[in-house]
Amino acid sequence: MRALVLHYGVGNVFSVSHALKRLGVEVIVSEKIVKDVDCMVLPGVGSFSAAAERIAPMRDEIVDMVRGGVPTLGICLGMQLFFEESEEGPGRGLGVFGGKVVMLPPSVKRPHMGWSMLHVKRESPLLENVDNTWVYFNHSYHPRPSNPQLVLAEANHGIDFPAVVGFGTVYGTQFHPEKSSVAGEKILRNFIKIVRG
Amino acid sequence: MVAKRIIPCLDVDNGRVVKGRRFVDLREAGDPAQLAANYSEQGADELVFLDISASRQNRDILVNVVRNVAEVINIPFTVGGGIRTMSDADTVLRNGADKVSINTAAVKDNTLVKRLSETYGAQCVVVAIDAKRSHKMLSGYEVYIYGGTSPTGLDAVEWARRAAELGAGEILLTSIDMDGTEKGYDIELTRKVVEAVDVPVIASGGAGSPEHIYRVFDEAGADAALAASIFHFGVYTVADVKRFLRERGVEVRL
Repeated sequence: MRALVLHYGVGNVFSVSHALKRLGVEVIVSEKIVKDVDCMVLPGVGSFSAAAERIAPMRDEIVDMVRGGVPTLGICLGMQLFFEESEEGPGRGLGVFGGKVVMLPPSVKRPHMGWSMLHVKRESPLLENVDNTWVYFNHSYHPRPSNPQLVLAEANHGIDFPAVVGFGTVYGTQFHPEKSSVAGEKILRNFIKIVRG
Repeated sequence: MVAKRIIPCLDVDNGRVVKGRRFVDLREAGDPAQLAANYSEQGADELVFLDISASRQNRDILVNVVRNVAEVINIPFTVGGGIRTMSDADTVLRNGADKVSINTAAVKDNTLVKRLSETYGAQCVVVAIDAKRSHKMLSGYEVYIYGGTSPTGLDAVEWARRAAELGAGEILLTSIDMDGTEKGYDIELTRKVVEAVDVPVIASGGAGSPEHIYRVFDEAGADAALAASIFHFGVYTVADVKRFLRERGVEVRL
């Protein structure tokens, strides 16, 4: 099984690549779209505007793959890119999901950095056998989907916010499964099961 | 609700984990990747990896250690020590670190914090502050750089506030007076910085028992506690500390 880890930004894509490799996946890290793959991962590094700028030239190709049924997992910023726009700065998201990305409330520390409890709201293959568990977050913004049914799990930091969104074969996590120890590994395994069908 | 974090620190010199007392007198403690894997299994929430030889030695050794450590763990990981430029930061991030910690370079060039934050996001940038008691400073604490050897004339609490404004996503605050003593964190210093900034603060320097870690959470309001010696020499496991904390009502990931 081949996974494309789209390196549209800066920083650490090593960790997610390595987490997938540990689970037996062949990983292709590329700054450009590679079509001959079984799934795609949009990792979570950098700022929304910088990422939106980097994906702009391949926006249609990415959207075609996602809408065309290539199972896709967006992590943190990667998940935020599924939406239309972000309060973090200018730039156009992929618009695969309706809604925008907003800042966490000023009543709490930002970034929301560390381990918080995941509260599962809706059954989904990605969260199969995942109970409420600690996962690792590192973000200041979160999505606000126009369709509340996209929200598969929530976490709380000042407010309840969507921690996992998904529809069809498109999934996104606001936390970092590749950094969430055993719980995160379980979620990545579930994603691989979805890809295998 | 975010859990209080327990962060073992790996001070690395020439590819090996060491632990000093008041920044000198180094005792060797082990292989970085092996210690990292052990801590990850014990339930460490994060690791911090400081290359204390960075100014003197070949950076390639560090890059290899970063890669080796990142390959064996699935928890977040900060790397610091001798990171002076955007390119230094890029190298460690590309090799598996989640955050970079900058200390001396941040003091010498404030724009580095801003530039790192704009490029990688604030959540990726940790500003490490080594502070020492000084009656000359308004807060009572002065910032030291170059591994705690050189006073700057900067007030530690003021510098923490400024660093957060510049884009630090987290402050790693070490008490030079308490570091390596195992007599407990500097509660007063930690509380002052926690009150001054709205980003998470990691307390460091002086942990000798689970009680010390409890106190820095309870009395100083730290978001995370960093410790080295008590874990490296197997006196306590991370899980021991977390059980102790949970019994006292502190929310931890266990």
